[in-house]
Amino acid sequence: MTTTIKRTVKHLTLAALPLAASLTVTAAQAEEVNIYSYRQAFLIEPLLNAFTQQTGIETNVIYASSGLNERIEQEGRNSPADIILTPNTTILVDAYDKGLTQAVESDILTSNIPAQYRADDNHWFGLTTRGRVIYASKDRVEPGEITTYEELADPQWEGRICTRSGKHNYNLSLFASMIEHHGEEYTKTWLEGVKNNLARTPQGNDRGQVKAIMEGECDLSLGNTYYFGKMITNTAEPEQVEWANSVNIVFPNQEDRGTHMFISGAAVAKHAPNRDEAVQLLEFMSQDLAQYMYAQENFEFPVKPGTPYSALLNQYMGDFVADDVSLTAVVDHVDEASRLVDEVGFDF
Amino acid sequence: MANQPALGTRPGIPFFRHLRAWPATVFIIAGLVVLPVLSVFYLALFPTDNIWRHLYNTVLFRYIEATLLLLGGVGLLSFVIGVTTAWLVTLCRFPGRRVFEWALLLPFAVPAYVIAFIYTDMLEFAGPLQGALRDLFGWQTRRDYWFPEIRSMGGAIVLMSLVLYPYVYLMARAAFMEQGSNVLAASRTLGCTPWQSFYRVSLPLARPAIAVGLALTLMETLNDFGTVDYFAIRTLSLGVYDTWLNMGNLGGAAQIASMMLVFVVVLVTLERIGRARQRHFGQGKPNQDSALYTLTGLRAWLAFLACALPLVLGFAVPAFQLASYALGNFSTYWTDDFVEISWNSLFLASAAALVTVVIGTLLAYGRRLHPNRSVRLFVSLSKLGYAMPGTVLAIGVLIPLAAFDNSIDAFLRARFNVSSGLLLSGTVFALIFAYSVRFLAVAAGAIESSLDKVTPSMDKAARSLGMNSLETLRRVHLPLIRPGLLTGALVVFVDTMKELPATLMLRPFNFDTLATYVYQYASDEQIEVAAMGALMIVLVGLLPVIMLSRSIKGGRKAAAVLPVAEQG
Repeated sequence: MTTTIKRTVKHLTLAALPLAASLTVTAAQAEEVNIYSYRQAFLIEPLLNAFTQQTGIETNVIYASSGLNERIEQEGRNSPADIILTPNTTILVDAYDKGLTQAVESDILTSNIPAQYRADDNHWFGLTTRGRVIYASKDRVEPGEITTYEELADPQWEGRICTRSGKHNYNLSLFASMIEHHGEEYTKTWLEGVKNNLARTPQGNDRGQVKAIMEGECDLSLGNTYYFGKMITNTAEPEQVEWANSVNIVFPNQEDRGTHMFISGAAVAKHAPNRDEAVQLLEFMSQDLAQYMYAQENFEFPVKPGTPYSALLNQYMGDFVADDVSLTAVVDHVDEASRLVDEVGFDF
Repeated sequence: MANQPALGTRPGIPFFRHLRAWPATVFIIAGLVVLPVLSVFYLALFPTDNIWRHLYNTVLFRYIEATLLLLGGVGLLSFVIGVTTAWLVTLCRFPGRRVFEWALLLPFAVPAYVIAFIYTDMLEFAGPLQGALRDLFGWQTRRDYWFPEIRSMGGAIVLMSLVLYPYVYLMARAAFMEQGSNVLAASRTLGCTPWQSFYRVSLPLARPAIAVGLALTLMETLNDFGTVDYFAIRTLSLGVYDTWLNMGNLGGAAQIASMMLVFVVVLVTLERIGRARQRHFGQGKPNQDSALYTLTGLRAWLAFLACALPLVLGFAVPAFQLASYALGNFSTYWTDDFVEISWNSLFLASAAALVTVVIGTLLAYGRRLHPNRSVRLFVSLSKLGYAMPGTVLAIGVLIPLAAFDNSIDAFLRARFNVSSGLLLSGTVFALIFAYSVRFLAVAAGAIESSLDKVTPSMDKAARSLGMNSLETLRRVHLPLIRPGLLTGALVVFVDTMKELPATLMLRPFNFDTLATYVYQYASDEQIEVAAMGALMIVLVGLLPVIMLSRSIKGGRKAAAVLPVAEQG
């Protein structure tokens, strides 16, 4: 898949070269944009390269899995950060709550990104969406045997469910959405039920659970959608293809509210020294090319309606009902969800 | 320690200036180094809400139980491996001993999160070992046979011990070497069996040094997050991250981190009290070859095995696995970036080693000259950074640096209407500062235990011959404690190569080290891509291990022939 993306970029380069050249001539000095990224640098590199080729704006990146908001907060008005890039809403809302973001009024952004995937006051924007789905063993789970998150607490699944730590943001986000839909009381009972059904102590990551299904340790697992794409196309570790082939993807709650979704997204920093370039980058990321590259490279879903899906997404995850619950409402419950995880001893 | 004569305050020495200069130096340096830890304490004063009720009612005791179990297990196993191997290679002659002397340090170059990843890959159900067993015995599923679960408390204890025991080994070996075989020989002529002389003479004499090594091992275990998280062990570190990131309560997280420091302080204090009245100075000339026992036959083989096992498991297996991942696709994974990234790591590790050793020496010597309460307190405080979870400490580093930058900027804006922006934050300086804060305990531990063994009569002799305190340090102590200095430098170098959380958070734009490179891919489960970087960490880490290990031996010879040392 890396080669595909490189080819895409190369074509782009050729197409954009004259444009880029004219831009560099007109620019008095090298324009740049500084990115504080909670997403791995190599994940966004192809996009940033395409951006540089199209606009002539150089990109600088710091990647860290935690602490960047705190860094910007301490750096204060002298912070070089222009853009904060995150893999979830929690960090975006945290940056917003800390007063680290600013509003961006852009017709491009508002027309490309549906309202449910951005902040009401345009302080942050979702760029891709991902679903939290149930992976079910092809051999041991009949299609239709499980259709909702709620059923994960059903005693029929006792000793048959695997998941990563309940404290991971992906699980907490799902649990928080349960709180939003059903209230805290219900969610606690539900969590107890799920815990009783666990085949083993929560451990590893989403892919590890699918592997455990293949090995027969459990029959169901929770996982994000894009991991399926990463497994089934894995050339470096071909055994992952087998893991993926041992499961069906179940998009839960198709008859009612839909599958729980989260976004990856970005915000422009309050004291951004290169605000214009930052906005340009945001706009670029919401446009067709970047949106398509996301789907192609990372198997995430584009937020921009009408962006063509890659063949793989179409084949396995083409059409499903997504939960359109407010993202900020879910984030508000993450703290509660984390406490519930402790209360039911989910991870022990 | 209380009985140590206060060298710097002795009357009649005409270097009054220096009497003031040393405590001042200690206060300034220790004050700077302790700032980040104090910043974390400060954060702890402002939690968004009280987490303790919730923790107390739910998971606090489980966290503490897991933390204590892990600390106990890693401490015990590292002690056994480190002391046994150190004693064997120092005092016994057996095949391979010369190689083991330095090779036993090699596992140290393997980051704990890497060894965790590799062994899990090999030993889990789908791994090659269990696969082969299933093929061999015709088992089908998990329920057909029993196999130890690698992702467990036991697995974490074994794997972390395998890469952390070198702290104990290093300190214990230095201590055994410095004891000189004549002490042991004397105990033998007084009727001790070899075992008795080990238990009753060697071990008690080496206790301070071993305690330092053990304390480092435990602190490293305590601040680890990546490895325990990977093994699904819920320690207090998890509580710190959970409270900070999931409950949005950095102050609460800082409170837990501060509480973890209490563990360390209690540990260290208990040990100090335990040996308060013990004080030993190396009076004997250390022998170049301190071996006392020549092992033959079965005993020689057992000794060989005892040293080979940790070396194979802690180094050879993971290194081989990494090499087979990395070299299998060398052309795909090797990029020109590696030269630059390796260079970054090399530069940072060297700088951190140099800075911590210089600072550590100044602090240790300052404390030696003025062992009063406030000096000792400051020196102890300056070492706390090592026991804090890395990311929390990184925030602690950020606070004073950014405050400094922003104050200067605000001043310049107000006075001259110009902006200086950020001078230190987000630069390589910030990284080196962070490493110094984090690893000072490591360097200082090695240096202090060396310096403590130099008899105070050496200082007195030098001073009565007209040297001032600085000259005494330079001409008398530095040559004598050279092994300690090199040991400190080596450990900080390798630790910096592996350091991850502070590097991730504080680095400049577009700046990678080998550790961040490995993490970036490993966290996306691309272990094959990460392997090249991990292999480079191990290889670059090898250089100083071998170099310094030789140099320490050479240094001992050099120190031994100095006339001043002969008179000790």
